[in-house]
Amino acid sequence: MSDQETKTKEYRRPMPADWWLKKRTYSLFMVRELTCVFVGGYSLILLILASRIGDQESVTAMLNSKTLSVLQLIALPMVIYHTVTWLNLTPKVLVLWRGEERVNPLLIAAVHYVAWIGVSIVILCVVFAYG
Amino acid sequence: MARSNEPIWWSLFSAGGVVAAFFVPVTIVITAIAVPVGWISDEKLYFLLQQPLARLYLFVLISLPLFHWAHRFRYVVADLGLRGGGRLPAIVCYGSAILGTVLAGCFLAFG
Amino acid sequence: MAANENSQPEATISLEVFRYCPEQEDEPRFQTYEVPYREDWVVLDALNYIKDKIDGSLTYRWSCRMGVCGSCGMMVNGEPKLTCAAFLRDYHPALIRVEPLSYFPVIRDLVINMEGFLDKLTEVKAWLVPKEEKPVSEGEYLQTPAELAKYKDFSMCINCMLCYSACPVFGHHEEFLGPAVIALAQRYNLDSRDGGADERAEAIFSHEGIWECTFVGDCSRVCPKNVDPAGAIQQAKVTATKDFYRSVLVPWGK
Repeated sequence: MSDQETKTKEYRRPMPADWWLKKRTYSLFMVRELTCVFVGGYSLILLILASRIGDQESVTAMLNSKTLSVLQLIALPMVIYHTVTWLNLTPKVLVLWRGEERVNPLLIAAVHYVAWIGVSIVILCVVFAYG
Repeated sequence: MARSNEPIWWSLFSAGGVVAAFFVPVTIVITAIAVPVGWISDEKLYFLLQQPLARLYLFVLISLPLFHWAHRFRYVVADLGLRGGGRLPAIVCYGSAILGTVLAGCFLAFG
Repeated sequence: MAANENSQPEATISLEVFRYCPEQEDEPRFQTYEVPYREDWVVLDALNYIKDKIDGSLTYRWSCRMGVCGSCGMMVNGEPKLTCAAFLRDYHPALIRVEPLSYFPVIRDLVINMEGFLDKLTEVKAWLVPKEEKPVSEGEYLQTPAELAKYKDFSMCINCMLCYSACPVFGHHEEFLGPAVIALAQRYNLDSRDGGADERAEAIFSHEGIWECTFVGDCSRVCPKNVDPAGAIQQAKVTATKDFYRSVLVPWGK
């Protein structure tokens, strides 16, 4: 045998364009990522609202618009899916230690859920009690 | 150092993700349901929106989630195989978020 | 083994195995083999049976057959698995499809080219860079259980590369450092005896490093040792961001 290695041709399997449809975990990942479109979309609606914030008629018309309501109601479950997937991942980013033991990841997520519910209730109270 | 500036975009993405997660669902309930259904009068909500704190709230809810969208969407575009764009997706996405932020600031401060 | 005269025929299971013989063909193909079905057999046992009794040309890697060496990783029905830990009974009677680990170039049959992975380990300096050099005469480096706990999970990595086969980012982008390499870098960064974080930073905090990761999370799901590389990468992102702002806002400090 000579010193030179005979390198055989390696085979490279192509990555399919629909790779994210092939596995359930990949599809759920893509849905999670695409919730950002609905989050951004709502920001856009708020931006339009902001552009006419001083004009009472305009603001009223926007808030009563059936079309905008429907669009927002379509966005609502997607935005909630963003919240749920985001809160579920907080223990991976927020790693807390008590000596040798790691603070239970479920506890970290639970605290975030409680905070979410709490914040939502406070905002609803503030808005409904105004005036 | 080959350190990148990614931390800027990633921290804006994270902040936006937190703001979106905690505040957007309830805000949608207010703007999409509470007013049309009549749980709160549109007149009251209009006057609430003139308050500085409400304006600040709106600003935060426009700007940060836009940066969240920008960062995530830029990577989705790459993941879907459209890598050929080079830095264009990043420029378009972050540029839009910056533009939205500036506009929101102007509208809410002077509107 | 005594032949059974009046009992049922022996139970079997079929394996559809990826074959690539570059000196014979340019394209890979699949070959189906029928092997005996045993309750306690794993896919690796089936492959060894094929090589011993049916087709000696079948080429694959394996060693310890007990889940600690990381050699026998392959795709089993589309999922990255250690073939020594994939029991036939979990698939029987259905056909089992065995392929080389996804997203790696195939050298032959079920053997993939792992040179890139090994190069990356060197790139991130996946070894202890002691904070202070101590001669052996001064004794051991001391570490409390709490300090050990911080990196212990990440030290469990057996370099099996199943996580790479689960990572679509690596699938698109073979320069991505990848889950195991970054988890191993973190293993040393978080080790209280280590002082090499700065040396590793250039490799990890680059565009081929942590920032490529979009937190799909499948790497942690398929890891046979519960290393949680996805968690390691997210922690690294937080560290990198804190360091970045610190260097921007407090440039004179360290």
